[in-house]
Amino acid sequence: MNAKQKKNLIRIAVSGAMMLALEFVPVEGLARFVLYMIPYLIIGYDILIKAFQGIKNRQAFDESLLMAIATIGAISLALYDNGDYTEAIAVMWFYQIGEWFQSYAVGKSRNDISALMDIVPDTANVEGEDGQLEEVDPDDVEVGSVIVVRPGERVPIDGVVIDGTSSLDTSALTGEAVPRTIKKGEDVASGCINLSGVLKIRTTKEFGESTASKIMELIEDAGSRKAKTEKFITRFARVYTPIVTGLAVLLAFVMPLYHIATGAPAEWSTWIYRALIFLIMSCPCALVVSVPLSFFAGIGTASREGVLVKGASYLEALASTKTVVFDKTGTLTKGVFDVTGIHADDIDKDMLLHMAAHVERHSSHPIAVSLRNAFAHEADSCSVEDVEEFAGQGVRAKVNGKVVYAGNEKMMATAGVETHGCENEPVGALIHVAIDGKYAGHIIISDVVKDHSVQALKELKKAGVRQNVMLTGDVKEVGERVAKDIGIDRVCTDLLPQDKVAKFEEILKERKDENEMTAFVGDGINDAPVLRRADIGIAMGAMGSDAAIEAADVVLMDDDPLKIPTAMRIARKCMAIVRENIWFAIGIKVVCLILGAVGMANMWFAIFADVGVTVLAVLNAFRCMFVKGIKPENV
Amino acid sequence: MKKSYKIEVDCANCANLMEDAAKKTEGVADAVVNFMALKMKVEFEEGADPKQVMENVRANCKKVEEDCEVFI
Repeated sequence: MNAKQKKNLIRIAVSGAMMLALEFVPVEGLARFVLYMIPYLIIGYDILIKAFQGIKNRQAFDESLLMAIATIGAISLALYDNGDYTEAIAVMWFYQIGEWFQSYAVGKSRNDISALMDIVPDTANVEGEDGQLEEVDPDDVEVGSVIVVRPGERVPIDGVVIDGTSSLDTSALTGEAVPRTIKKGEDVASGCINLSGVLKIRTTKEFGESTASKIMELIEDAGSRKAKTEKFITRFARVYTPIVTGLAVLLAFVMPLYHIATGAPAEWSTWIYRALIFLIMSCPCALVVSVPLSFFAGIGTASREGVLVKGASYLEALASTKTVVFDKTGTLTKGVFDVTGIHADDIDKDMLLHMAAHVERHSSHPIAVSLRNAFAHEADSCSVEDVEEFAGQGVRAKVNGKVVYAGNEKMMATAGVETHGCENEPVGALIHVAIDGKYAGHIIISDVVKDHSVQALKELKKAGVRQNVMLTGDVKEVGERVAKDIGIDRVCTDLLPQDKVAKFEEILKERKDENEMTAFVGDGINDAPVLRRADIGIAMGAMGSDAAIEAADVVLMDDDPLKIPTAMRIARKCMAIVRENIWFAIGIKVVCLILGAVGMANMWFAIFADVGVTVLAVLNAFRCMFVKGIKPENV
Repeated sequence: MKKSYKIEVDCANCANLMEDAAKKTEGVADAVVNFMALKMKVEFEEGADPKQVMENVRANCKKVEEDCEVFI
């Protein structure tokens, strides 16, 4: 609570108590009026001053001015009628309570959500020449300086560890709960919390260019890209107040005149009272505050789950996404090759892998790397000699005196060995192995599907996605097989990188409705053009990749595909709350306006339509913060 | 040229009014007020002096909402 809020709370309490006390003071006439004016002025003096300034600045629809007219009007009516000033003062009183609550709730949510996202430390510890630590403003730390991060502290600036080992809590950046072990020579991103050991880090970036600062900037800017709903509300607010004020004038003057014209009694005070009700309800605040608050909460929640949404408009688009297009490698699959099968003919499986790994001992080809990774004891004492590489075919070498060929079918042809295909129609490449002129079997190497891909695709369908599409450069058989395995609806194979934009545009054209959004998910490498072309470009595993953060609209900090349905779930919840608030607030206001016009509502009603609705809408907006991320199923 | 300024304002509708007022100020090409982050992003017209323009923006904002502040 800040000083202003405290002061206003005291004003509310004092005037409320006074009003209650005056109920029991039996005074009449002028004395009564003067006594009642004390709580009125205590609670409303600032509104009256602002109203006066509104007139001076020619702001006809200034909220304070309308409120002042409504309450002064009610007091005048009371003066003329029966001396019941309570209603007028209560209107001002509740109005101030509403304002106070709104200010408190918004301030609180601002703090809560900022704390959720506050990943930028205020200080950095720089090591001086004498080894002493000096606490400085991270903005002043030059690239290449050595900073020290003690356990429990957040890493302020990106850099490389030069001394120490520790485990890092990266959850602020990635939403990943399991700590990451870090040791000398490894890169560390700012925003992570150092959990165990002291780390000395040589900075590689300036503070302002570091991951944490960039992310904060992104999130703070997110609210500036306003969603369509928010623009609608702003436009609505712009016309709502003048229309309701206009109707109030009509009620106050035209209705009595009409009655006079038709010979009925004018009933001026009745109609003026109803007009004042309209003025009280003319403030659009409930609507206007709840919409950006909901989006802010939604974006904050998403960032807690490791998803950066770069604007409220993207949250909106994400909620109505009907087609998700994936670039296969690096999003649904790990993008690294693994040995996924060994089919040995006559020899032991391990022996086959053993031989193949040795042949590839000196090659830097990705396939060679994966073979060596699959065979844990590659660096054993076996002798590998006479290595010869056949470009586009494979490798031949002498392993422990045996001549071993490893490669594709062409390699086998060169070796003069008869091969046979694989019975199981494998997904991936076959590495044939021949030992001493005899076919020994083959090893299957393929890109491995990520653990959560299947679940992620299922969850997307649950979240309302109609079609999951996969783009890949793989040949048709392999691509279709992968698609079938993981449950993709449609696959486009044999695509060169430059074909992907064209293919994506084709998919875009197929949509039936302008409001159906098409998202593209890429790993941020080579697919920036498609990321830009999509309604929503989602970049994965983008921690540290500036180009991807730049091109994408939604950035997943790690490379878990489950984050996509999580983001959609948050977006949909957020949009549902925004819509609820809009309909609820407009609905209540319209109903109360109608009731007020026909004389069925009094000022208490009006104050509920204004303050009550604001409070409920703000509370409802908070629900955006309680959406949980999707938990991985055990696989 | 774009610049970001911290602002202070209590109600969401007032923030929208401030945005309108800022947009109409001479020398401002575009302005966006972010009520939740309490920030105003101003894009200046070519050749405008941000300091001078912002003084006017603040004055115009004060006209629509007395109880606001723009930190220049």
